[in-house]
Amino acid sequence: MNRTFTAQNPSVLWFLAALSLFTITVTLLSEATGVGLISTSFVKVLGKTLCLCLVALAMDVVWGYCGILSLGHFAFFGIGGYAVGMWLMYARTEGIVLESLSGQVIPSTPQEITDAIGNQIFGVVGSSEFPLIWGFADSLFLQLAMVVLIPGLLALVFGWLAFRSRVTGVYLSILTQAMTLALALYLFQNDSGLRGNNGLSGLQNIPGYENTPQSTISIVFFLASALALALGYLFFAWVVSGKMGSVVKGIRDNEARVRFLGYHVESYKLFIFTITAIVAGIAGALYYPQAGIINPGEIAPIASIYLAVWVAIGGRGRLYGAVIGAALVSLLSSWFTGGGAPNINMGFYTVRWTDWWLVLLGFSFVAVTLFFPKGIGGLFDYLVRKPR
Amino acid sequence: MSMLLEVSGVSVSFDGFRAINNLSINFAPAELRAIIGPNGAGKTTFMDIVTGKTKPDSGTVIWGERNISLLGMSESQIARIGIGRKFQKPTVFEEQTVRQNLAMALKNPRGPFAVLMHRKTVANGQRIEEVAEEIGLTASLTRRAGELSHGQKQWLEIGMLLAQEPRLLLVDEPAAGMTVEEREKTTDILKRAAQTRAVVVVEHDMEFVRRLDCKVTVLHEGAVLAEGKLDSVTSNPKVIEVYLGRADA
Repeated sequence: MNRTFTAQNPSVLWFLAALSLFTITVTLLSEATGVGLISTSFVKVLGKTLCLCLVALAMDVVWGYCGILSLGHFAFFGIGGYAVGMWLMYARTEGIVLESLSGQVIPSTPQEITDAIGNQIFGVVGSSEFPLIWGFADSLFLQLAMVVLIPGLLALVFGWLAFRSRVTGVYLSILTQAMTLALALYLFQNDSGLRGNNGLSGLQNIPGYENTPQSTISIVFFLASALALALGYLFFAWVVSGKMGSVVKGIRDNEARVRFLGYHVESYKLFIFTITAIVAGIAGALYYPQAGIINPGEIAPIASIYLAVWVAIGGRGRLYGAVIGAALVSLLSSWFTGGGAPNINMGFYTVRWTDWWLVLLGFSFVAVTLFFPKGIGGLFDYLVRKPR
Repeated sequence: MSMLLEVSGVSVSFDGFRAINNLSINFAPAELRAIIGPNGAGKTTFMDIVTGKTKPDSGTVIWGERNISLLGMSESQIARIGIGRKFQKPTVFEEQTVRQNLAMALKNPRGPFAVLMHRKTVANGQRIEEVAEEIGLTASLTRRAGELSHGQKQWLEIGMLLAQEPRLLLVDEPAAGMTVEEREKTTDILKRAAQTRAVVVVEHDMEFVRRLDCKVTVLHEGAVLAEGKLDSVTSNPKVIEVYLGRADA
């Protein structure tokens, strides 16, 4: 890192320091080290939160910096989860099948083994055939490549079609939402090849590490998520600073001007849309092994809208704002909806937070939009006076 | 002398309204030209056609020594071959500093990957200083463009055009909303720029056009009505009729 980079992005060092401190603290207090002040399930919550922060960063770059209000980035997140989930599910089922067949006198043929695995995975949707899209599911390497390739290619093709037709603003948002909805509806079908609304499950069991306790696995994923978030932050800080940042923010503020300066605006939008989709896919691939299950409901359009809400509350157009918004809102959300917040009994009516949380979130969103248009991150502007 | 830009027989209609009607107009490689005309004469549409924003229904737009047709090129391609455009309303990137605004406009590779890998160089820095000097914003390089006065924003935008190193500058109403001193300075900047390139100024304000002291083209109903020195076109009866209404009405 050269001096000008950190000078241009003073938040990078602060962020990395805070993230390191947080990561070390959680690791030391986790069950993996034997201290056990932080339960394994809470380590998973924190690890998942870090992944949500990463996808929020991507959302902030595409929306806050480039001005494209994509309501499809959680779909890319889900695709990343499905891609890694396919390998996790295949490899684990293969292990179980091989173990159960090993006792037989006559060794099973490869075809019998494949059929047995297929039966295990697709029995719930009344099938035993492996769909074509599972062709690479036995290879961790290829499925990890899919985490990057599928969101990247989908974003590239979708973005190329949308941007070259100069679809902008709310129309583009609607288009991305339609893409998300179409994908979710497709995945809900039993013959989609991805187990319909059952989704992929048992993802917390990592093949080859059956005897490793979840306390250790959870901390490994937590650390991996923290590393991914740190690298993502550095990468995006690099992208949105310097001349690229100037052009991208220029596109957000006045697309026509940038075009008349000689920049091919569509290429820039496509570039930003695609790299953020890839990062969203990577975040999803780290999230779902910690969640243990992925189903089409995760990809529903509302998830992508939440993503926009997190970024808006945190403060768009500043990377740390996205992280703060995603962490705060998603943690509060699981606290309120998970029964953490005590119900308020008013005698004639009991406020149950599981029902009222969305109302509270809605009011917060409206309040932030009206009174703090720069979001929570905007509060830092009062602390730090920018040098002239 | 061969022409830098030759627009011939161009027509364009919007919903049946002929905004440009068989317009033919040429520009030499180094000249200052003012285009005047009443509202709706087609001045802005003419700029839109040259810069690729609007596609004409018929006619040709030929550029440079190699006679390239500009029709069918995108806005960004046209900007890259050397046509710069200043909008009527000052449009600079207000969130960014004057230096960043100019750096973005500097003539450098425009592709996403070239821009991503872009490093600051001494040569670029000097070029920014030169342009800032030219437009009188040297002291404001680190200020946010949004903090500038209206006149300074106009100059910054002209400076961004100069940084692009275009061969043709299309400038839409640069003097609008400027004080007398600001107008004088704007005139100087444009005149100096026109020594090495073509500068076309669209303007309403006759006083400003007089200051520019250059060849004037009068547009009316999408076609050239008169061309020549300001004094000769303003004494042209057809021009007087268009501007003041029919004498017998």
